[in-house]
Amino acid sequence: MLTDPVRSDPVVVELTDGAVAIAGRPILRHVDIAVRAGEFVALMGANGSGKSTLVRALTGLRPLATGNLRLFGTPVADFRDWRRIGFVPQRGGATSGVPASVWEVVASGRLTHRRLLRPLSRVDRAVVADALEVVGLAGRARDGVSTLSGGQQQRVLIARALAGEPELFFLDEPTAGVDLPNQQALADTLRTLSGRGATIVLVAHELGPMAPLIDRAVVMRDGMVAYDGPPLASEQVATAHLDVHGHGHHHADDHLDHGDPMRHDHAPQVSSPFEGER
Amino acid sequence: MSDFLQLLGLPFMQRAILAAVFTGLAAPAVGTYLVQRRLALMGDGIGHVAVTGVALGLLTGASPTWTAVLVAVLGAVVIEGIRTRGHANGDVALALLFYGGLAGGVLITGLAGQSGARLQEYLFGSITTIAVGDVWITMGLAGVVLVVCLGLAPQLFAVAQDQEFAQVAGLRVRLYNLAVAVLAAVSVTVAMRTVGLLLVSALMVVPVATAQQVTRSFRTTIGAAMLLGTVASVGGLLVSAYASFHARVAPGPTIVLLALGGFLVAWPTGVWLRSRRRMREPFPVVAAVAHQTTDDHPHEHGADCGHPAVPHGDHLDYVHDGHRHAVHGRHYDEH
Repeated sequence: MLTDPVRSDPVVVELTDGAVAIAGRPILRHVDIAVRAGEFVALMGANGSGKSTLVRALTGLRPLATGNLRLFGTPVADFRDWRRIGFVPQRGGATSGVPASVWEVVASGRLTHRRLLRPLSRVDRAVVADALEVVGLAGRARDGVSTLSGGQQQRVLIARALAGEPELFFLDEPTAGVDLPNQQALADTLRTLSGRGATIVLVAHELGPMAPLIDRAVVMRDGMVAYDGPPLASEQVATAHLDVHGHGHHHADDHLDHGDPMRHDHAPQVSSPFEGER
Repeated sequence: MSDFLQLLGLPFMQRAILAAVFTGLAAPAVGTYLVQRRLALMGDGIGHVAVTGVALGLLTGASPTWTAVLVAVLGAVVIEGIRTRGHANGDVALALLFYGGLAGGVLITGLAGQSGARLQEYLFGSITTIAVGDVWITMGLAGVVLVVCLGLAPQLFAVAQDQEFAQVAGLRVRLYNLAVAVLAAVSVTVAMRTVGLLLVSALMVVPVATAQQVTRSFRTTIGAAMLLGTVASVGGLLVSAYASFHARVAPGPTIVLLALGGFLVAWPTGVWLRSRRRMREPFPVVAAVAHQTTDDHPHEHGADCGHPAVPHGDHLDYVHDGHRHAVHGRHYDEH
C-alpha cells in the first residue's frame, strides 16, 4: 500500500488458536491470525464463513472459547487503551429511536478521549470536523442521520470511528449494499487512513473499488482460515469463490497454499434489505 | 376566575405545581433514552411492578413511596437482566413480570385491608393530596434523575445509539444500561403521585414522540421533550384545577391527554416537514441519457408556478405529474 508494512513492524492484533462458540456451537476453530502495524487486511469469505464473528472476536465483542487474543501486545483481559481501536459495525447502527444529527453521532466517537462530565474541547471539535471532512460529509453535519442514504450513513459510522483517532480500524462489511459512488467514497477514505499509517482490518464480501488498497487477504471458510496471503491476483479471483456456481472464470489454481479458497459455500449473494434509494 | 387564583394560592396547590414541574422535567429526560433504545414500554412495565411496591408499603405501614422505589428499581434490574440475557422470548418474560407486578399489588392491597381507593391514588395519581414530605422526595429524586441524565448524556447517548460501538470504545455498557433502568424506575416512582403508575409511561414517552416530529438532533429532542413534559404536567394540573369548579376532573388523565393533544398537533407538522424535505432533495447528477424535449408545454415554470423546484446539478427541475421539466432555451427538457 501507500506505506509498505515490513516484517519488523510491531504486531497490533494477534489471535492464537482462537475458537468462538455461540450457544455451544463452535463457530470459529483454530484461528491463528496476526496483523502488523500499517497493514491493510481484507477478511473475506462467503456468508456464514465466520468472517464477521472473527472481527467481533478480535474487538473483544465475542468472548473466546479458547485461544489467546493480544491487542497491541496486551492480553485482551488487561487491555484498557480502547482509544487506539476504531470499530465500524455492520450497518444498522446509525439510526435509533430518537433523531440524532450527523455531528452528534460522529462526536460520540470522541468519547474515548473525554473524561466524565467534561464538555468537548476545541481539539475535540476540530477532530470531529476533520473526520466529517475526510468522509466528505462536512456539509451534512447538522442534518438528521436518518435522512441520509445507506451509503452516507455508513460513512457517518466511519467518521465516528475516525473521531477517536485510533491506530487500528476494524470495519465490518462497510460496503455491503452500498452503491458504487459511495463505495468509491469509502475507498478514498480508507486510502487516506492507510496513508496516515493506520492499520486496517476490513471484512468484505466483495472488494470493489477497495481492491487496489489491500495488502493481504484472509479468506475464511466454515469457521477456519482457508487462505492467508497476498491479495488474490485480480478482482475476479477475489470474488470468484463468493459467486454462485456457473461462472466460467474460476482461476482456481492461482493461490492454493493453504487449502482451497475457491471451493465455496453455496451462498447466493444477497444485498442488504436497507439498500437503495430512500 | 378569582376563585381559581385563590385556589392557586392554597398550599396544597402550590405543592402540586412543584411536583408537576419536577415530574414534567425528569420523566421525558429518561424517556428519551428509553425511546432511543426502542424500549418505549419499559416505563409501563416498571410502573406495573411498582404497584406491588406500593401495596407492600400499605401492608407493612412503611412509606409506599419508598417501597415503590425499592421494588421498581429491583424490577428494572430484573427487566434489564432479562433483556440482555434472554434472547428470543424477552418480551414474553417481561409481560409475565408486568402482570405479576399488577396482580401482586392488587392482591397485597386487599390483604392489607386497604380499600381499592387507596391503591387508586397511586394507580392514577392524586397530585393534589401530596404531602410536604412527598414533595421533597419528588424534588430530590427528580433532581438526581436530571443530573444523571444530562451529566452523563454523551455516554448514555453513545450506549443507546450503538451498544457494540460503545463497548469497543471501552465504555462499561452494562453499567450504563443498568443506570438507565434504575433511572427509569426512579422517575416512575417520581411520577407516581402526579399521573399514576398506569399512566406514568405516557409522561416519559409522549413528549419525546411529540418532540421528535420536528427535531433533527438528539440535543433538541431531549430539550424539547422536557419542555413539553413540563408544559403538559403543569398545564394539565391547572386545567383540571380550573375545571374542578364545574366538574370532577382528575389531574392525572388531564395531564396525559394534554400531552397527547400536543402530539396530535405536532404529528401532521412532522409529516409535512418530512415530505417537503424529501421533495426538495436534489436529483443526482448523472450523464444524460439523451436530449429529450417535452411535448407542447403551455405552462410556464417559474419561481411561483406552484410546482416543486428541485436542484439538479447546475439547474432546477420542475416536478409535476411524474415528470421532471428543465428549462432549455425556449422549450423544456424531460430530465
